[in-house]
Amino acid sequence: MAIGVKVLDRPIEQTSYIRATLKGMALTAKHLLNPQKVTTQYPEQKKALSPRWRGTHRMLTTEDGKAKCVACGLCPSICPANCIKLVPGEDEKGNRYPLVFEIDEFRCIFCGYCQEVCPEEAIHLGRHYENSEYSRQGFVYDLERLTAQTHPVSELWDPSDPKGE
Amino acid sequence: MNAFLHPLLQIASPQLPPVSTAVYLLATVIKMLVVFGVYLVGVAMLTLAERKVSAWIQDRHGPNRVGPGGLLQPFADGLKNFMKEETYPSAANLPLFILAPALAFVPALLTWCVIPFASPLPTPWGLIDMVVAPLPVGYLFILAISSLGVYGIVIAGWSSNNKYALLGGLRSSAQMVSYEIAMGMSTIPVLLLSGNVALNDIVMQQAHGLWNVLTLSIAFMIFLVAAFAETNRLPFDLPEAESELVAGYHAEYSAMKFSLFFIAEYANMVTASALMVTLFFGGWDIPGQWDVAPWSVLKTFATGGFFAFKVLFFLFFFMWIRWTLPRFRYDQLMALGWKVMLPTSLGYIVVMASAILGLDAAGVARGSWMFGLSLLALNVVLVVILFFLIDRGRLISPAYSRLDKRNVDKLRAVSARSPLSAEGRN
Repeated sequence: MAIGVKVLDRPIEQTSYIRATLKGMALTAKHLLNPQKVTTQYPEQKKALSPRWRGTHRMLTTEDGKAKCVACGLCPSICPANCIKLVPGEDEKGNRYPLVFEIDEFRCIFCGYCQEVCPEEAIHLGRHYENSEYSRQGFVYDLERLTAQTHPVSELWDPSDPKGE
Repeated sequence: MNAFLHPLLQIASPQLPPVSTAVYLLATVIKMLVVFGVYLVGVAMLTLAERKVSAWIQDRHGPNRVGPGGLLQPFADGLKNFMKEETYPSAANLPLFILAPALAFVPALLTWCVIPFASPLPTPWGLIDMVVAPLPVGYLFILAISSLGVYGIVIAGWSSNNKYALLGGLRSSAQMVSYEIAMGMSTIPVLLLSGNVALNDIVMQQAHGLWNVLTLSIAFMIFLVAAFAETNRLPFDLPEAESELVAGYHAEYSAMKFSLFFIAEYANMVTASALMVTLFFGGWDIPGQWDVAPWSVLKTFATGGFFAFKVLFFLFFFMWIRWTLPRFRYDQLMALGWKVMLPTSLGYIVVMASAILGLDAAGVARGSWMFGLSLLALNVVLVVILFFLIDRGRLISPAYSRLDKRNVDKLRAVSARSPLSAEGRN
């Protein structure tokens, strides 16, 4: 058997147009009167985000309001999109801290590696997505802006609990 | 004091003498302003209504951001279209390119002139007909003017110098010419019953008997289908068929010129609905004592309101059909027009003419209950025949045909020899 040309044996003398049209109109009328709409009225109504949602970054802080980051350099090295810029500094007591910590949200692919690799649990992805700007430069978030974010942070995928239960 | 009381007295009773020329002219100007004002605002609102109905049928909300419930959307759209850039294709025939949108729009407006929309209004200066131009040849005028609508579309398609636009224009000329014949033929029985081509007389004939939709059901159905084809609405929107022809005849149009085509479509819909109401649904007639003299202001407003209600129902019906049915194939369109609707309407003329002649010969008075009910009974039989006997895959040729055994075997043998089938097996 060659390419199976499916030849359907259809009922020709029994099909109707007018009656089928009336049936179709009854169906559309039912939907017309149905008050249940599928649209989400976006700016007023928002859909719930998954706890594992990976969105806009957030830098957590210690009790005294300083970034937890110790400028170890793991996140810029693991970042596959190369969107993290880190210049480490050291104070007189020998504590390392970031002089410059910038994330280009425009380049970021939101893979979550930076959060996974961070030894201090400083950098996190957040459950947040509304970050539009008027310029490309506006998407480069500096340390001040990252620490000022307040949205909840993402819970990354946990291998021991793969379905998030 | 008398001038103040006079209108009030008229509500109660009398028929006043004919109006003078000056009053006639003034009344006509006022009617023109009011009718076309309401008409154009209504057409604008229809674009919103279409979007709302389509949204509701698809379980969506539709436009609801501009104004309360989206009511100001048509004005926002209009403003947008005025501000947009007009583009002219370099190879277009400019004079015709600019003329075409107007040609598509004006016939729809002109047709509306002769449609009576309410019972006559009694005023201190005489009885005023609630129709912009009470032409004695009303119906013939409509046939003549509605044929002009096709020129706008054909000229738009041709002057754009674009192959898709040209195809759209060609299709529309073939479609509109074909269905115009069935449309004209379907209304012959209406004229047989009324014995006059003046639309006011057609309305009065229905007011004094049964509505034509009951006594001439098949003619109404043919007219309904033809009206869809004449207004280029789905399932007959082949001239613009976006899946095949980009946008058809208005592919090259932009800004307000495109908008004018869009408005013309809705203007045509309103006119077609008003025609259906006038010819088959008793025009402004409300069953009961509303349709007989003495006339009053209250009667004028009530009948006008009821006329608007009927027209709005048909406008909704147009939209309802649009969001239910898919588009016809071109051969189905032509086959339906020439092989089904034309013979049916011709046959129906013969049947109805014989029936009317027979009833006249039997001495049944025109307009009597007996006359109306006999025609109604005849039509019920014909509708049953149409729905349950003729409508069996014969009205619209289906998208498939059953191949006989020999042809199926031949097809399979051909595909077995093809090199493609060897790859397909692996």
